Amino acid sequence: MLRQKVLALYLANSALDSVVVGWSLWDGTGETRRMAGDEDAPPYPTGLHALRDGWRLIQASPLLPHARGEEFDLAYLKYEFLFEQIVETGA
Amino acid sequence: MNDLPLLSAEAMASFAARGFLRFDGVVPEDINRQFLEEMGDIDPPRPGQKMRRTYGEMLARAGVPQVPAGVALAQAYPEGTALKRLLDLPLVSGAIRSLVGEDPVFDHHFLHVTFPPAYHEASGGENVSQHYHQDSTIDPRRAFDIQIMYYPHTVTREMGGTRFLPGSHLRKVSEAAIARYQNIRGQQHMVCEGGTLLFLHSGIWHGGGVNVSDHTRTMFKVRINPSRSQVRQFDVSTLKPQDAQRPIFYLKGPLPPSVEQILMTPEPWHENDTSRLELLNRVKLWRYLTGDPDYDADYWATRLETLADA
Repeated sequence: MLRQKVLALYLANSALDSVVVGWSLWDGTGETRRMAGDEDAPPYPTGLHALRDGWRLIQASPLLPHARGEEFDLAYLKYEFLFEQIVETGA
Repeated sequence: MNDLPLLSAEAMASFAARGFLRFDGVVPEDINRQFLEEMGDIDPPRPGQKMRRTYGEMLARAGVPQVPAGVALAQAYPEGTALKRLLDLPLVSGAIRSLVGEDPVFDHHFLHVTFPPAYHEASGGENVSQHYHQDSTIDPRRAFDIQIMYYPHTVTREMGGTRFLPGSHLRKVSEAAIARYQNIRGQQHMVCEGGTLLFLHSGIWHGGGVNVSDHTRTMFKVRINPSRSQVRQFDVSTLKPQDAQRPIFYLKGPLPPSVEQILMTPEPWHENDTSRLELLNRVKLWRYLTGDPDYDADYWATRLETLADA
């Protein structure tokens, strides 16, 4: 059986080799149950380190122009990179 | 009211920059004990009972009054109750006055309890932490509410104290839309002695931790709105005049402590480019809090506001 693991890394800028500032992991194998607040140090120093560890990049945040009058408004983390691993399980 | 211990300019700047002020062990033990007695005991886990029912029964029994939203904070709690005594502590009254001004308004309160694994096992549910969220709704105001988190007993890391992200308060997000973020550099977890208070800007990203201890963890939250001015309510006698802008970028050594130093200190989670916008937004908040429309720190606003002659 194949199962998917999804890793979200939030980086300091749009380059994949910039440092990780936020992260999330969902494990479709059921072997681990990750949740908010469970880890204070990132799993990788940069997004590139995740690639080297076998994670496949499946999506990256687009770079969008800043709407006039809203140039200084901040909301969500800006540089989101989603990765996956497809894992063989015994189930 | 004039003899209240108001927040200093440095404390106020720290709140403007980071969105929180923490006061460890400042509530006297007799108030902590009275509060826990008023809350009452929590029933042991019952097989098959859902957590929603356990929680509902606990709220119904607890000695916290139902209070209509929008009443004067001074009228929210009866005299002699632990919560009234807590709010009347000079440190608490002074901080509230400094942050939201005169005649603050009660918004809502809640008794937050996280339960040990045995309760979740009995209910058949999963014991997980609360997602990151920003309370209420998207809030476009420059004005802000405060939330006081009260920890009446010791909180260990295993008990799942409140998790929050310093400096996140100026981001305009929509409640649990930020739930996708499990962990963010620089996040803090409340591990504290009994009688600790955490004052939060209403925009701070936060969530309850997962309790993996053998004890319930109790935290009481009250949200407070301003009803009058938030401008220059702190101890402005501690505000030093700003003679000139500090040198920026090219520095031969560290600069001395100052309000500017506090406002211009980034957080570990800041992105490279938006970190500068965070600093700019802190300048705008400081202008609001000090009533000084020309204030700047490290030239971020001045550069943008200086127009060449046409």
